[in-house]
Amino acid sequence: MFGKLKTCGGRGGFAAIWTSMIGACLAIAVSAEQSAQPANPHADVLSIGGSVTEIVATLGQGHRLKARDTTSSYPPEVTNLPDVGYMRALSPEGVLSVGPSLILSEEGAGPPEALDVIRAADVAFVEVPNALTTKGIQRKIRIIGKALDVPTRAKALSARVGREMTKAIQDSTRPEGDKKRVLFMLSTQGGKINASGTGTAADALIRMAGGVNAITDFPGYKQITDEAVGMAAPDVILMMDRGGDHGMADDELFDMPAIKLTPAAQNRAVLRIDGLLMLGFGPRTAKAVRDLNHALYNEGA
Amino acid sequence: MSAITDIAPAATDRLSRARALHWALAAALLLTAAISLQVGATGVTLSAMLGKLAQGETLTQMERVVLWDIRLPRLAMGLLVGAALAVSGAAMQGLFRNPLADPGIVGVGAGAGLGAILAIVLGALLPAWLIDLTGNQLTPVAAFLGGWGSTLLLYRVSTRHGRTSVATMLLAGIALGALAGALSGILVYIADDRQLRDLTFWGLGSLAGASWAKVLAAGPMILLAVITSLTLGRGLNGLALGEATAAHIGIDVQRMKSIAILAVAAATGAAVAVSGGIGFIGIVVPHLLRLASGPDHRPLILNSALLGAILLVLADVIARVIIAPAELPIGIVTAVLGAPVFLWILLKRRGLVEL
Repeated sequence: MFGKLKTCGGRGGFAAIWTSMIGACLAIAVSAEQSAQPANPHADVLSIGGSVTEIVATLGQGHRLKARDTTSSYPPEVTNLPDVGYMRALSPEGVLSVGPSLILSEEGAGPPEALDVIRAADVAFVEVPNALTTKGIQRKIRIIGKALDVPTRAKALSARVGREMTKAIQDSTRPEGDKKRVLFMLSTQGGKINASGTGTAADALIRMAGGVNAITDFPGYKQITDEAVGMAAPDVILMMDRGGDHGMADDELFDMPAIKLTPAAQNRAVLRIDGLLMLGFGPRTAKAVRDLNHALYNEGA
Repeated sequence: MSAITDIAPAATDRLSRARALHWALAAALLLTAAISLQVGATGVTLSAMLGKLAQGETLTQMERVVLWDIRLPRLAMGLLVGAALAVSGAAMQGLFRNPLADPGIVGVGAGAGLGAILAIVLGALLPAWLIDLTGNQLTPVAAFLGGWGSTLLLYRVSTRHGRTSVATMLLAGIALGALAGALSGILVYIADDRQLRDLTFWGLGSLAGASWAKVLAAGPMILLAVITSLTLGRGLNGLALGEATAAHIGIDVQRMKSIAILAVAAATGAAVAVSGGIGFIGIVVPHLLRLASGPDHRPLILNSALLGAILLVLADVIARVIIAPAELPIGIVTAVLGAPVFLWILLKRRGLVEL
């Protein structure tokens, strides 16, 4: 990942060159797929962040969406909207070109200079704080409902989410000694395991679904050594359900030295759940809690 | 006219051709600048705006923002950064008498990279007043300080009794690069997911964060460094014959080395600070020019500034429009355009291609 910096350092950056080339080809391929669909005349909202877009749609305001960012993939029809790219590297002119009058964005959009320019163009910008709790999701819904001027719908959705979450978490509760140890792996690139510690969306979801996060030694997502994986002794491996290095075949996965010795490998227990559903913390999180709980305890996993 | 270029009529011929290139490149630069102001994701065009202004109409706020807050500062930054990288490349190649040297050799790249990483990963731990002091520009400021610091350190290490050893500098640069890389690696471990993404994007370079504040911060330093470099041509020509010979024909070699290194550190440090890691411009531009009009450094430095600016602004135009409304990091564009050219140059040097 520092290949490019190294290139500036005058040392061979062939890996960087190839990565960039492939990246560019991918980007071009992706852009070729983007169809400019006929915009709804009332559409004026740019939504940034998967869970924000999902909340807009659940509030019945999907028709007002004019564009989205790369992380917005649900509901499926939003993928037809123009994509302004990755939320941390927005292009100021690109954002203005989709002509939004309101930008709803998850915390942490950038770069700051781009946001300054967007504000200078008189586009309303509402930041939606991240959430890892039921209350947090409800706050997101309230803020988005207010920005879209649909407070009644927001109230109803917030109440529904509150009920569903409470029930899902309650139904998932189990005695301490009965809980399975779950290891969430963000990626297994090059045989190196990038796992979730505490304070992440994955950690929160595992606990809500009646599991125990097998890794509690560090906050955030980090690469961990093979031996630490063995020590964590997970009963189940949890991964995102998508291609690339995330979608390693089971045989390959359980053949990794780190995983081989864990209880999870003995039972071949691996779960793959859609990333946005699992980590988005939005209207579908209650479903994610139920799904994960069910997969952990009811499917003989 | 120095004695060196009077040796053969062919050389004078080439020199006049290289000087004629100045004008061609200057014209191309104007054209490139116009293109860069003309195109963009919003479909607002320079020609339409000029037409409006000529009619005495006022611009809409959108037009004003796009022209004044987005495209103009971006153009200015592209011109400055492109010129800085290409001129630094030409100066380093002359100084090290190696056509494959680039500004990174004096440790600017590694140092600036380390500075940027420190800012991205540890920035949150700093007291608020310090962050306010840098006006939200902590990463560029840190990158600049890192680039400067590492260059001065290298210069100190490789200078003994008032003589700078270019070979020592090269080796020390590699060591320093490795050290900076290792420290960066430790910080990558500390970084959270979002910071890692920021690091990746910083490393690919972008002009998306262009603003007048950044242009004003980096501009004077880059201009000063580029103008200073323009005076190095004769000295670098002399140096091509070896240090002793250069000294015999009346060139103060040590003074020239110091000036060249400081100019490169200033230009590259400022450029990397405002635009992240942009590769290849520093190597490819002087090379193309040497192929076109010979190795004489006097026209080469000015031509490098012009062509570097042209290529970077063009790369930025591509980066902005190819996947609109999103944009590609410009480092990807320069690598995709620059890497094949670079490989071709290498193969040509080995006599593997006939072109």
